[in-house]
Amino acid sequence: MNGPQDVGGRHGFGPVAPEIDGPVFHAPWERRALALVTAAGGLGQWTIDESRFARENRTPADYYGSTYFEIWIKALERLLEERGLVSAAERASGQVAAPLPDGIAPLTADRVPEVLAKGTPYDRDPGESRPVHALGDMVRTRNLQPAGHIRMPSYCRGRTGWVSAVHGYHVFPDTSATGDHDTAHWLYNVTFAARDLFGAQAGEGDTVSVDLWEPYLDAV
Amino acid sequence: MPHDHHGHDDHSHLDDMTARVMALEKLMTDKGLVDPAALEAILDTYETRVGPRNGARVVARAWTDPAFAEALTHDATTAIHAMGFGGRQGEHLTAVFNKPGLHNLVVCTLCSCYPWSVLGLPPVWYKSMPYRARAVSEPRAVLAEFGLTLPEDTAVRVWDSTAEMRYIVIPQRPEGTGGWTAEQLEPLVSRDAMIGTALAGVPA
Repeated sequence: MNGPQDVGGRHGFGPVAPEIDGPVFHAPWERRALALVTAAGGLGQWTIDESRFARENRTPADYYGSTYFEIWIKALERLLEERGLVSAAERASGQVAAPLPDGIAPLTADRVPEVLAKGTPYDRDPGESRPVHALGDMVRTRNLQPAGHIRMPSYCRGRTGWVSAVHGYHVFPDTSATGDHDTAHWLYNVTFAARDLFGAQAGEGDTVSVDLWEPYLDAV
Repeated sequence: MPHDHHGHDDHSHLDDMTARVMALEKLMTDKGLVDPAALEAILDTYETRVGPRNGARVVARAWTDPAFAEALTHDATTAIHAMGFGGRQGEHLTAVFNKPGLHNLVVCTLCSCYPWSVLGLPPVWYKSMPYRARAVSEPRAVLAEFGLTLPEDTAVRVWDSTAEMRYIVIPQRPEGTGGWTAEQLEPLVSRDAMIGTALAGVPA
């Protein structure tokens, strides 16, 4: 979606505030939020892209007016509600009103080390499929403007670059955001001249490399 | 530990969020959606076990072991997983090497993708709007805000982490460290050097 998350190249956000050894949490609740969201992911009730879409699919005022972990919590509340796991009424009252649906099991502590160490691989067996583009090929990104989830930033749509890596056959975020764990496409790294994306003020010789799936690309 | 640098995070706001998250945590626990001990295990993992020292070990080994550096260039996923640094937000990895005339910088403009398995949890600034917005379009200005000014003839290559591929920068080995062991070199490798907002440290 052309949503508030797509900020690459946007002006007006001000300077970066570096922290060399700053804490990764700025308040105790952020720490709890990270743990809750990670544990809830272990329920297996949504994909990483459904989670991303729940964070980005909100008004610009909401997105930019919320801190990072605040967005995580709002998205978690939305996902839990959509899946029938925690209702808005339960949140309002703080009281459990309905039992969990069958087949919902929490991530237990004994499984945490294994689950975190294993992760969730996103590559899939390509079968007979072969990548259309090869290393060094010129490609043009499609001018896609879906209202749903997409992982091609707007700053590189309709632009020409070259294939700088063929990563493999990876789960496609546009369909993963609708709960599809299986649909995959070839994933490439595509490199653009920074001046082709950001104009003459970009450094000559500077480049930007973006990971893009085959349905985002045309051969040039 | 909690300290707030951001003027817009006023205290009533933080208190609202504290109450909101506490309430949600209690409700999820009461419903059986989370195991309280699992929350502690998750935090323990990312506060004490998984952090940028993992990445520093990868970098120091790349500096001292040419065969490993070669393996890292061609298949960082396999090379880094073989060191035991696999797992969540590190399932697929690419190592990008700085060299004379080329500096690499990593960002995620669309959210906050970051190689947790080698760098731990991302710093606050990495997830901030200014960094996400500007690292792609004006990387040199952003680097200057970190106190890093590159020579004009050094090209900057920015990696926008839009997929589940995670990027780690292998900084250049500092001058004057010939003969140092990997263990001696590790402390020279900061988190920021592996994101690309700093260079490897100067030997003391």
